[in-house]
Amino acid sequence: MSNFPFLSVLTVAPLVGALVVAFLPRHRPELAKQVAFAWSLLVLVLSVVMWVSFNAGGDRFQFRESYSWIPNWGVSFTFAADGIALVMLMLIAVLVPLVILASWHDAESSKRSVPVYFALLLVLECTMIGVFAAADVFLFYVFFEVMLVPMYFLIGSYGGHQRQYAAVKFFLYSLVGGLFMLAAVIGLWVVGGKTFDWQALSQVDISTGTERWLFLGFFLAFAIKAPFFPFHTWLPDAGGAAPAGAAALLVGVLDKVGTFGILRYCLPLFPEASKWFAPWALALGVIGIVYAALLAVGQNDLKRLVSYTSIAHFGFIGVGIFAFTTQAGTGAVLYMLNHGLATGLLFLVVGMLISRRGSSLISDFGGAGKLVPVLAGVLFFAGLASLALPGTAPFISEFLVLIGTFTVNKPVAVIATLGIILAAAYVLWMVQRTTQGTLNPALTEVDGMRRDLNLREKVVVAPLIALIVLLGFFPKPVTDVINPAVQATMDDIGRTDPAPSVGGTVQEARR
Amino acid sequence: MTELKLPSIDYAAISPILIMLGTALLGVLVEALVPRRWRHVVQLTLALLAVLAALTMVVLSADERIITAGQALAIDGPTLFLQGAILVLAAMALLLIGDRSVERGGAFVAQAAVTAESADDRRQAEGRNGLTEVYPLTTFAIGGMLIFVAANDLLTMFIALEVFSLPLYLLCALARRRRLLSQEAAMKYFLLGAYASAFFLFGVALIYGFTAGIPGRTAGVDFATIHAAVGESPASPVLLFAGMALLAIGLLFKAAAAPFHVWTPDVYQGAPTPVTGFMAACTKVAAFGALLRVFQVAFADANWDFTPVLGAVAVLTMLIGAVLAVTQTDIKRLLAYSSIANAGYLLVGVLAPSRDGLAGTMFYLVAYGFSVLAAFAVVTLVRDDDGEATHLSRWAGLGRRSPFFAALFTFILLAFAGIPLTSGFTSKFAIFGPALEGGQAWLVIAGVLTSMILAFPYLRVVVMMWLSEPGESTPTVTVPGGLTSAALMIGVLATLVLGVAPAPLLDLATGAAEFVR
Repeated sequence: MSNFPFLSVLTVAPLVGALVVAFLPRHRPELAKQVAFAWSLLVLVLSVVMWVSFNAGGDRFQFRESYSWIPNWGVSFTFAADGIALVMLMLIAVLVPLVILASWHDAESSKRSVPVYFALLLVLECTMIGVFAAADVFLFYVFFEVMLVPMYFLIGSYGGHQRQYAAVKFFLYSLVGGLFMLAAVIGLWVVGGKTFDWQALSQVDISTGTERWLFLGFFLAFAIKAPFFPFHTWLPDAGGAAPAGAAALLVGVLDKVGTFGILRYCLPLFPEASKWFAPWALALGVIGIVYAALLAVGQNDLKRLVSYTSIAHFGFIGVGIFAFTTQAGTGAVLYMLNHGLATGLLFLVVGMLISRRGSSLISDFGGAGKLVPVLAGVLFFAGLASLALPGTAPFISEFLVLIGTFTVNKPVAVIATLGIILAAAYVLWMVQRTTQGTLNPALTEVDGMRRDLNLREKVVVAPLIALIVLLGFFPKPVTDVINPAVQATMDDIGRTDPAPSVGGTVQEARR
Repeated sequence: MTELKLPSIDYAAISPILIMLGTALLGVLVEALVPRRWRHVVQLTLALLAVLAALTMVVLSADERIITAGQALAIDGPTLFLQGAILVLAAMALLLIGDRSVERGGAFVAQAAVTAESADDRRQAEGRNGLTEVYPLTTFAIGGMLIFVAANDLLTMFIALEVFSLPLYLLCALARRRRLLSQEAAMKYFLLGAYASAFFLFGVALIYGFTAGIPGRTAGVDFATIHAAVGESPASPVLLFAGMALLAIGLLFKAAAAPFHVWTPDVYQGAPTPVTGFMAACTKVAAFGALLRVFQVAFADANWDFTPVLGAVAVLTMLIGAVLAVTQTDIKRLLAYSSIANAGYLLVGVLAPSRDGLAGTMFYLVAYGFSVLAAFAVVTLVRDDDGEATHLSRWAGLGRRSPFFAALFTFILLAFAGIPLTSGFTSKFAIFGPALEGGQAWLVIAGVLTSMILAFPYLRVVVMMWLSEPGESTPTVTVPGGLTSAALMIGVLATLVLGVAPAPLLDLATGAAEFVR
């Protein structure tokens, strides 16, 4: 089964589905939804089969496929997945069907074509899978840029308040980063001897000056995408305006392309420059953790609040990556997965709350738990997962990042720990103001607030809750896959973990 | 008495030129002899057949690498590639020019001499059939362009420049509606074009002076002589620099590069839209064909001298085109500034003196030509009772009214913005790659930065079409007749195919990318 071309099939399948859905008659929206959902389930099944046939102890890159594309430039359709990519692919495959299910009625309120909405979601899935599966820098760039188009229309056509502004801002920010990366991609192509193959390029020796410029080109694109402070200002707007399902994918998966790109491209291709820039990147990460958390505390818009919490979490991931230890790196990758699950859940739940109330302002809620207890409970759980409560999956990743960082850089680890406290503040305060306390009388007049979660919505949240709890207690299946890949990445940049030195420090302390 | 020796002429190799010019003359006869109601059909068929025949001859002589007609014409790889490009794009433009279903009577005025805004003018605008003289004029222009890219000495180049410019000046004045704007455009284009020609001619004279006095060679303006003179001439290099600068002014004017671009927005706006498309696609190919040959053949060894200056011009062109495109409110002016910025990108390609650079530039010309013709084809379709609705605010909500054409236009705009899987991306790569390889990193960075600026106006149009609500004044898109549809679909398909599978055309361009000296 391992000879099956998983990655190319996985990439193409959603696109085919999108075409089918897009050409379904506009007056039969139910059919379009069902087809889109079924199609995404098909992708999920295929992904599970792929996960099972991945050999965790085997080669770093598996399922490699390569087809010639533009031989003049050394461009090929090369797909390959390491453990990191595999985990992200799995996250996409899990999230998309749930998002489709959660967005069942989202497109209807916008007066726009319902089938097109679901077709766009499937196109987005195609490009997301492609970007993680690509092992050719040119191909990666193609998916990286094309990915903007479906998301642009999802936000711009189906979004809420200020959707035009948010869509354009999102597009322009990403495009700016992408064009910097294009310059660096061309530069890499020239110094790398006119090939785009990742494995060939990772063997190339680049002069120090050039390497730093190329690193910057790539890093800028990824830092905007992730987003890291100070390139983050587009995310609250985009996350706030996007429909909840698209926002869950935007923050849950799309933004991970940034951190994934740093792990796959910046570190192995430009190891020396990565080390040189690491203090700066760590500083950006730490500032992001604290700054975004503080801003999150002050938000009155639910979706913007969740967006800011994500920026803080991306700070954690950035710190984990640039600490250059296997623990922190594994933590960062695990964080990418767990954040996708937890924040995805949070966005979806918040979306359910908003669609009931017809408003995304926290001040329009208050005591909602008395009307919709199950929904409030799920919101509380998602919030706890998001603040990394022990027992939920994000705790493990956050803990790994912190201890991995602590061994090499204590100040950063200590400041980052502040982020945990702030996380508790923004999550608990948000939960308190929306669902706890005295009931806001205005809420009882809203029809939607009298309906608790229906079966469809329960089906959406249940798998995510189960996964968060499961991975919170038993992350081994995932870490087994991630660890070798992170280890290989650390080998690429020539960093080994510091030997455990507990004894030494204790002795020093005694002296 | 010395015997006068006639130069040998390879008639087969120059047959595309002869076919186009011959057809143009034939077209004049058709105007005189064929009854009025048949002229449109006869002229259009004649012009299209001629383009087809010329294209066939280009394909048949694809392996020709000679200098013929004395030293006047070089039929080599770049010539044949660019001639082919001009002919294919011209065929598309002819389809747009010949369409009479979108607007009754076609896009051209019925009687050019009628006073603008008079009662007669309004009557002619109501649907009397347009002039059919546009076909011979267009074929003359195409013939001139074919000579322009093949010219192997500066005088031939000058004559070709006039042969294709004069018909274009006239064509600009022939819009059916907004006659004043159209006449103003033609006047501006003519006056500035005449200046540019004068500059060019003065440059030829200076270069001639520069080539005089090399031992064992007679003075001349053919490129081989100039090439030799750059290394050996005892004359002052000031002559060379001044001559080069004046020649460059003449050529950069046609290419619409800053600071010689000021005519572009006015002319693009005023000219009949099919002619604008023709100019944006074919004139660009011709102008850059000549620039490539002059700077990479004649002045190749002076590249240390001209590269910084042309580089500065390229940066300025990209910057002006991109920044001013942001402020535009008229779709034709927006496309004009975008075309200026694209001239800047093409100049980056001219400054990458390698085989890949030449191939990339030629690839870019073809890819851009297809996209821009398709873009102007859409512009001809969006109209109300008063003709084309070119103000951007009128395009609001077009995606709701006519999703199919709005989607096509969106795709073209994404191509202009350089999004992957469109020819806009591959062609940018084809130019920036060799430029970076040639050590022109600063030009590539300038190109990337201006691409970011330029993305904004394109995106604004997309926002207008899709995300804004249609207003009262949103025009509908006219369902196009066969000719415009054909041109539009060819343009869009080429934009897609060259973006997804550029390898065949790249191979062709790389194979052709070698000048004969």
